[in-house]
Amino acid sequence: MSDKPFLRMDNIHKSFGEIIVSAGVTLEIEEGEIHSLLGENGAGKSVLMSILCGILKPNSGQIIYRGKPLNIGSPREAIQQKIGMVHQHFMLVPNLTVAENYVLGQGSPLRLIRNMNEVHARIRDMSERYGLDVQPDAVVEDLSVGEQQRVEILKVLFHGCDLLILDEPTAVLTPQETDRLLDLMRGLVNDGKTVIFISHKLDEVMRASDRISVMRDCRVVHTTQVSDTSPRELARLMVGRDVLMELPHSPCEPGDTVLSVEGLSCRNELGLPALRDINLQVRKGEIVGIAGVSGNGQTELALALSGLLPVDAGRIELAGRDITGLSPTEINALSFAHVPEDRHKMGILMPMSLAENAILERYDQPPFMARGLLQRQKIAAHTRDLIARFRVKTRDENEPISNLSGGNQQKLVVARELARNPDFLLVSQLTRGIDIGAIEFILQEMLKQREAGRGILLISTELEELFAICDRILVISHGEILGEVPPDRDRLEEVGLLMAGKKADQKDMAAVGH
Amino acid sequence: MTQVEQGGRGDAASRPYFRMGRILTGTATAIALPAAAVAIALLCGAVLLTLNGFNGTDVINVMLLGVFQDMRSVSEILLKATPLILIGTGLCVAFRCKMWNIGAEGQLYAGAVAATLVGVSFEGLSPWLYVPAVMIAGALGGAFWGGIAGYLKVRFHASEIVTTIMLNYIALITTSYLVTGPMKDAGAAYPQSARLLRESWLPALFTGMRVHIGIVIALVLALALYVFLYRSSAGYAMRVVGINPHAARYAGIKPGRNMISAMCISGGMAGLAGAIEIAGITHRLYQTISPGYGFEAIAVALLAGNNPLGAIASGGLFAVLRSGAELMQINSQVPQVLVLVIQGIVILSVVAFAAFRWRPGRKS
Amino acid sequence: MQDLLTLGFLAALLGAAWRLATPLIFAAIGEVFSERAGILNIGLEGTMLMGAFCGFAATFATGHIGLGLMAGIAAGMIFGLIFAFFTITVKANQIVVGAAINLLGLGLTSFLFRTYYVSTGRGVEIAAPVRIPWLSDLPFFGQAVFRQNPIVYSTVIVTILATILLYRSSFGLTLRAVGDHPKAVDVAGRSVAAYRYGAVLLGTGLAGLGGAFLTLGHSNQFVEGITSGRGFIALAVVIFARWSPVGAFFVSLLFGLFYALQLQLQAQPMGNVPYQVFQALPYLMTIIAVVVVGGKTVAPRSLGVPYNER
Repeated sequence: MSDKPFLRMDNIHKSFGEIIVSAGVTLEIEEGEIHSLLGENGAGKSVLMSILCGILKPNSGQIIYRGKPLNIGSPREAIQQKIGMVHQHFMLVPNLTVAENYVLGQGSPLRLIRNMNEVHARIRDMSERYGLDVQPDAVVEDLSVGEQQRVEILKVLFHGCDLLILDEPTAVLTPQETDRLLDLMRGLVNDGKTVIFISHKLDEVMRASDRISVMRDCRVVHTTQVSDTSPRELARLMVGRDVLMELPHSPCEPGDTVLSVEGLSCRNELGLPALRDINLQVRKGEIVGIAGVSGNGQTELALALSGLLPVDAGRIELAGRDITGLSPTEINALSFAHVPEDRHKMGILMPMSLAENAILERYDQPPFMARGLLQRQKIAAHTRDLIARFRVKTRDENEPISNLSGGNQQKLVVARELARNPDFLLVSQLTRGIDIGAIEFILQEMLKQREAGRGILLISTELEELFAICDRILVISHGEILGEVPPDRDRLEEVGLLMAGKKADQKDMAAVGH
Repeated sequence: MTQVEQGGRGDAASRPYFRMGRILTGTATAIALPAAAVAIALLCGAVLLTLNGFNGTDVINVMLLGVFQDMRSVSEILLKATPLILIGTGLCVAFRCKMWNIGAEGQLYAGAVAATLVGVSFEGLSPWLYVPAVMIAGALGGAFWGGIAGYLKVRFHASEIVTTIMLNYIALITTSYLVTGPMKDAGAAYPQSARLLRESWLPALFTGMRVHIGIVIALVLALALYVFLYRSSAGYAMRVVGINPHAARYAGIKPGRNMISAMCISGGMAGLAGAIEIAGITHRLYQTISPGYGFEAIAVALLAGNNPLGAIASGGLFAVLRSGAELMQINSQVPQVLVLVIQGIVILSVVAFAAFRWRPGRKS
Repeated sequence: MQDLLTLGFLAALLGAAWRLATPLIFAAIGEVFSERAGILNIGLEGTMLMGAFCGFAATFATGHIGLGLMAGIAAGMIFGLIFAFFTITVKANQIVVGAAINLLGLGLTSFLFRTYYVSTGRGVEIAAPVRIPWLSDLPFFGQAVFRQNPIVYSTVIVTILATILLYRSSFGLTLRAVGDHPKAVDVAGRSVAAYRYGAVLLGTGLAGLGGAFLTLGHSNQFVEGITSGRGFIALAVVIFARWSPVGAFFVSLLFGLFYALQLQLQAQPMGNVPYQVFQALPYLMTIIAVVVVGGKTVAPRSLGVPYNER
């Protein structure tokens, strides 16, 4: 490689409080290449690119661009240096037209906008040149997600950017649209531009890139020419098998079916299809894992099972009883417990005490309520019991839960849900954002529940955790279950490939398998 | 939406599960910050007075101390504290459920109208029945007026801020229509209703003084609302909805129903305040029975950190300020409206404290 | 009864409506800017009072109406600065701060008025009506509608300027974006806070002007609480007008018409329709408007939400 790279990000550190999101990343990009950043969710790809665009300011590190240090932490600087990013969550103002979005923030604020016709003409011109169908006078909020993405990409080109960063652009595209996008990227590079392509999808990365950098745990772990690597190696690098923990447990002896889902389909909050024909069963005394890259329908699956999202089609049975379409209140009254994926959004109430959090779903049931009043002694005793059993580190049950670490908060949520003695336990992203010690403890607790004969559905993006405790692993991608894999460490890459959307019948799988 | 109002101080003060040791520290912060806010506001008031040629410190002294000179003036303070505590504690419930009820003034009038209708109509009723009937009518009138805004919010997503403000005006205009038209006392020259039947009047607490049992009702209900919010399961559900509607749905709590209930409760308290003003003091419905209690109570609730027990204290404090302001007008010819400036500065100081205290914990 | 329907009566009504709408037009157009940037200013009422009082005081002292108007604008902007500091920099709740501003405005103006002016009992000379060539000579309407003082005429100019600024300038474009998707503006390299400050100052300046009109172009005296809820009505006008300056002009005119009708009915009762019906109509219509608009996303998407910088 050349001595003077086109772009060099050097030892970039960034943390929010105690949470590290970029742990000394060093990345080199050459002019005129398509460079992919590959990694699982939370590996630090978007953070790194936001730093490059000046949206986030790193704690330390420097960026050299075209031989000169970049003024870090200023979006204006990035714009002036012709660095443009297509964000995963579009930066388009919904109530403005496409053309207005393009001229937003440009020029002196007090200047009148007179040459809109020229802008329109230029947009039409560029739209034709790059084969991106964009109507300059369309109002953004009337456009579909796919159309908005075209608008975003053309916006970056309209601003004359030489370095384009595309953050998970294919997440919202159909396979055909993805093909067109990859062609467009190649065309841009042939035009003399440089593209950084962020993705977690192996096949796209293999097809599109010149070079690939794999990120894991907020670091770049490997950079390679695409010709020197294979999907198999990339999958291993992405997942990083070296830190897998061993949690010994007895073989599974499943009992009766406790949860049965047949042909479940539903749409997300935006009304877009999120789950397609999901079939799965959980029996007593087994832990079934749902593996997948986040955003592939896991959230909707959990919400649909707990009655928080309407079901379009299919049937959900809990211990033989049809619970399809029941309200959360009705489902809560059954032998069902749910550890939600985002405890801050749903699981806990930050300003409230541990005791108040410990009765969230049972606040109006005996023994916690009698004659309309909360029974404080009983609630306190119950909470102290949970704290002791789960070794929650806290002053006492009256401490606000916001004072606790993430791990201790999660312990309380898990303790609360298990205290309901459910036959079936729905657990989402059990270990997200918590420390290793707490993770092990909570996973051990899950295994104990399994011994006790409960059925557990564990939805997770963390393969380690799934392989550590599950009896079967189902892989979800684009709202469909693509296959089932036993938790055999040798078949980790197979799961990785399924997660990346490769169905089990593809050739590559044969090579990976046995 | 992050609301400053849910920030540190209010919750530390209002958490029900505490032990003796923390009662002290908790109460210390719960008192220290509002006290500091009031001190800042009084200081600003003194500066403003001095700048305009009054003796600032003297006036503030008179204002704070003079009001306790005899039982009569204490009685006047209690009269003013009654509606402020009633409405303020009701607003604590609405604000805890994140319903921005700006319409307590209108709800007060709705209650006053309902109370008057009942109070003039039933001759020969025993006071044991009549007084409660008038109170209940007032509470229902206010609850209905508040419930409208709650329903429109839940059913149509109509901002309760806007609807409650508009309902204020509609209530005031309706009252003005009623006392000049259908409910006008036939013999009177001024717009006013007929006099309430004597059996419906609130009995005085002490002979020779104006203070009546309304203050007792206010204190009892403030305690009751504290118990409701922090000790009852229904109040728990309401607080959960206010903190996080997603968590509420997850827990099987219906946000909409609780939001409407919260509006009815705070409206009912304001309506009751209206009924008490009528049955306790004026004994007639006038166009202007409230000097803005409904707006002032917003500050009362805020200063109390939306805790009903705190609202007893802050309602009392605001009554002292109001009485003091009257006194200073009499003694020093200082316009009593200065009290509004002091109240405004109290609110700004409180939100500034809350914001700066909350900021460090907000990052994660 | 008959004379209600004459052309002359209608013209007089329209003229009065325009005059009564003038403070609303200023305040509502100002609030359009504020809300377009995502800031809901409940404190308009207190801000207008400050404008009314300071405008009156300045003219009282100097005898100059122009200076009074400028003092009104400046007073509004000072209150705007306080509001902006607490809501944008401190990120306090906009409703709470707005409520405090209203108390401050009412308290401060009443205090100062009682301290200095109430005993004088004197007023100021209000802006004189001006004839507009040709228009003022129109039959019926010329006399009634086009014999206003320049402040009333200026509402048309302000509306046009506001429209140009909001829809045709780079500033207005960014402003509209700030209220809808502040992060996009941030990423585009513009300061969200600066634009919000700008919008609030513009809005409160106009509110101050609207207040000053009350004492300098309408009644010649300051009276405690002279705005009598116009600040709140202006908030309603903005919703009704769907956040557009031209809309704000015409909705204000409509509300002005209600004011005029109600005054007319108070003077000359008509049948058995109580004048309070017309008094209440603007408020009732506002409730209907928010119910109809409520669920739909015509309001700026980040209205009322503080923005946390990167």
